[in-house]
Amino acid sequence: MQNRLENRLGLWGWLGGGRYGLERYAYALHRLAGLGILAYFVMHIFVTGSRAAGPERWETTMAFFSTPLFKMGEFLVFLAFAYHAINGIRLILVELGYMIGKPGLPAYPYNYSTLRQRPLFVAAMVIAAVLMIIGGADFYFLMK
Amino acid sequence: MRESKLWSWHILTAVIILVLLGVHMTTMHLGALLSTAGIGSGDPTQSAEVFHRSQQFIYMIGYILLLGAALFHGLYGLRSMLFELSLSRVSEKVIGGLCAVAGIALFIYGSYVAILVFRMKGV
Repeated sequence: MQNRLENRLGLWGWLGGGRYGLERYAYALHRLAGLGILAYFVMHIFVTGSRAAGPERWETTMAFFSTPLFKMGEFLVFLAFAYHAINGIRLILVELGYMIGKPGLPAYPYNYSTLRQRPLFVAAMVIAAVLMIIGGADFYFLMK
Repeated sequence: MRESKLWSWHILTAVIILVLLGVHMTTMHLGALLSTAGIGSGDPTQSAEVFHRSQQFIYMIGYILLLGAALFHGLYGLRSMLFELSLSRVSEKVIGGLCAVAGIALFIYGSYVAILVFRMKGV
């Protein structure tokens, strides 16, 4: 493709936030969480595929994955899902132009779009944190 | 398919996933909280509960829809990330093709399992 910009920074080009602030790091974390969820999802398709061999095979598979290590891994996936989902809602709202305010003249004191959408970012992070705490309580304190 | 159309599908599948995976996550990972509220047994991975859910038409359709939406959303996301590394046109074609083949193969396998378990009798 012609006229496209080269990513000279490689992986750091999309991992690092540089001077672009919190939203840029949230974006990098969104991608990392997405990659983790995708890796889990592919394994999940094969694990749940054991249902096809009947209930006994399912019970054996679940017994194999009931160790503390896998439980911890499952909880990490839940955390990644909670973050990716709530931050994803924020990204869709911003993508569609909601909650970023109206454009205006660059008059002092400057009010740029990143600042205008900061309350949405904070609200999304608080909701994600609440979901993570509820999930943690369920995983480690309520589950028998 | 044009990139803008693929991107629109990426957002549309995100909304589908949000609803279906939200229900799935609540059922599977907040089971203890739900049982406290009198819904479910508290262990949604018990084979009786798993097969009971899988043999309901609405769940089978939901699983297949979620499978397709999640595979497209995830693999398109992965493809986009890799494309940002300034790869050659040939590499992009190969990655795009691999993502498409992997997505179709996983969708066929997952759908086959969902339909097979739905049709199981006496389980």
